[in-house]
Amino acid sequence: MKQNKLWNSGFIYSLGALIGLIIVWQVVVLITDVPRFILPPPALVYAAFVEDWRLIAEHGLVTFTEVMLGLMVGILLGIATALQLEMSPTARLFLRPILVFSQAIPVFALAPVLTLWLGYGLISKITMAVLIIYFPVTSAFFDGLRKTPPGLLDLATVMQATNLRTLFYLKIPAAMPSLLSGVRLAAVYAPIGAIIGEWVGSSEGLGYLMLLANGRVKTDLMFAALFTLGALSMSLYGLINIIIRQFLNRYENPSDLE
Amino acid sequence: MVNLNHQPVHNDVHINGSITISGKAILNDMNLTIKAGQWTALLGPSGSGKSTLLRLIAGLDTAADFTGSITSSTQVSLSSCVSYMAQDDLLLDWADVVQNVCLGARLRGQGGNKTKAKRVIQQVGLIQHAQKRPQSLSGGQRQRVALARTLMEQKSIILLDEPFSALDARTRTDMQDLAAEQFKDQTVILVTHDPGEAVRLCQSIYLLQDCSVNSIAALSPPFPKSIDDKAMFALQSALMTQIRQSKRADR
Repeated sequence: MKQNKLWNSGFIYSLGALIGLIIVWQVVVLITDVPRFILPPPALVYAAFVEDWRLIAEHGLVTFTEVMLGLMVGILLGIATALQLEMSPTARLFLRPILVFSQAIPVFALAPVLTLWLGYGLISKITMAVLIIYFPVTSAFFDGLRKTPPGLLDLATVMQATNLRTLFYLKIPAAMPSLLSGVRLAAVYAPIGAIIGEWVGSSEGLGYLMLLANGRVKTDLMFAALFTLGALSMSLYGLINIIIRQFLNRYENPSDLE
Repeated sequence: MVNLNHQPVHNDVHINGSITISGKAILNDMNLTIKAGQWTALLGPSGSGKSTLLRLIAGLDTAADFTGSITSSTQVSLSSCVSYMAQDDLLLDWADVVQNVCLGARLRGQGGNKTKAKRVIQQVGLIQHAQKRPQSLSGGQRQRVALARTLMEQKSIILLDEPFSALDARTRTDMQDLAAEQFKDQTVILVTHDPGEAVRLCQSIYLLQDCSVNSIAALSPPFPKSIDDKAMFALQSALMTQIRQSKRADR
């Protein structure tokens, strides 16, 4: 039964794919005899990981902190903006064009400016992450708020609801699924923002470590950092997904199915 | 049956005027009085303007231009004394039955009266489902929750916009009986396209077709009529004949 569950969850397949990938990688290295500093074999990357795990963990923690803080601030700002847009037609007139315009500038292009203004520390990286997730969260939630079933709004009118109560009891709950898909996107984008920030200028974090390792032709260390980053992003996405699924379960499926 | 202390029922509704939608006449020179304390049907085919008229009475947005007046005999603003039930049950998926029934109070910030809600839910026969979410209820049960929500509002004018038309035949008849019992002697305006429903439930019937509103001689109380009532069938056939004589707008 337990094995079945493991089988069904697709975990086995993911593991299989990963092992397959490592085999292909090893075979490519063996056949092409590519130099180590271009593509190190898997075993060497593993060795680098074991040897330098403290270093990697240290820098990983920095990136993780940036990503988490960026996520929190970005999501909160996105929610606040969407609510503001929904409640005030004036805000819609003024803020919306600015929002769209801000998206016309690639966030990547802003990274040097942010580093210049906010320095080499955490703040500039968090700001990058916030900038990159702010728009998806805002637009997903705002769309959700605009799509309240018209029948519910009719009901609210007949029931002589106040605007604020309509917002809290009807519009926001009805927009929750949209907000959560925005949050999912944010979980994917936030690490991108943090890494770009680190590349442009920093003295810690996985992005910094990768640049450093690359500069010293320690390609094995670079790969080890890269995989750590991948694992970090995937865990974050998985975690957010679990939280969201728990929430939606409670929200959509009654616990009273007899 | 529990007495819900309904407000005094002397609240006739007078409607005068015309409805057009982007220049096209829908209803011309209406002049009708909805009598207090009884069921009135607005009967008509799709596009006859019956739902638009109901939305105007409810104070809801419509795509139509209305010139004229809708007034109540007690001089109170109409929008403060109506409640509304539509074909779609409009239940909140994220709230349980009790919370759905208390929606009006919550939206007005009055704090829901749970005891009263339970009583109303009992009246519609759903007390054992009170803690459930709408997803785990059948279509008929959901519509009964919507009925309970409407009862809970305790308004003097009840607007029903084809609330039974999406239900299967048996459930529809059961719901008609339940609604007739719960809204007995109240001012109810029922929008429907089904002559059978109008005849079975309503003491006065307005037929909306060919851009005009005509009063039809309805049956006399009590309502609802038994499902094998001969007079009901006779009137239903006569009405159907009259409806079919009208030119079809969609041909």
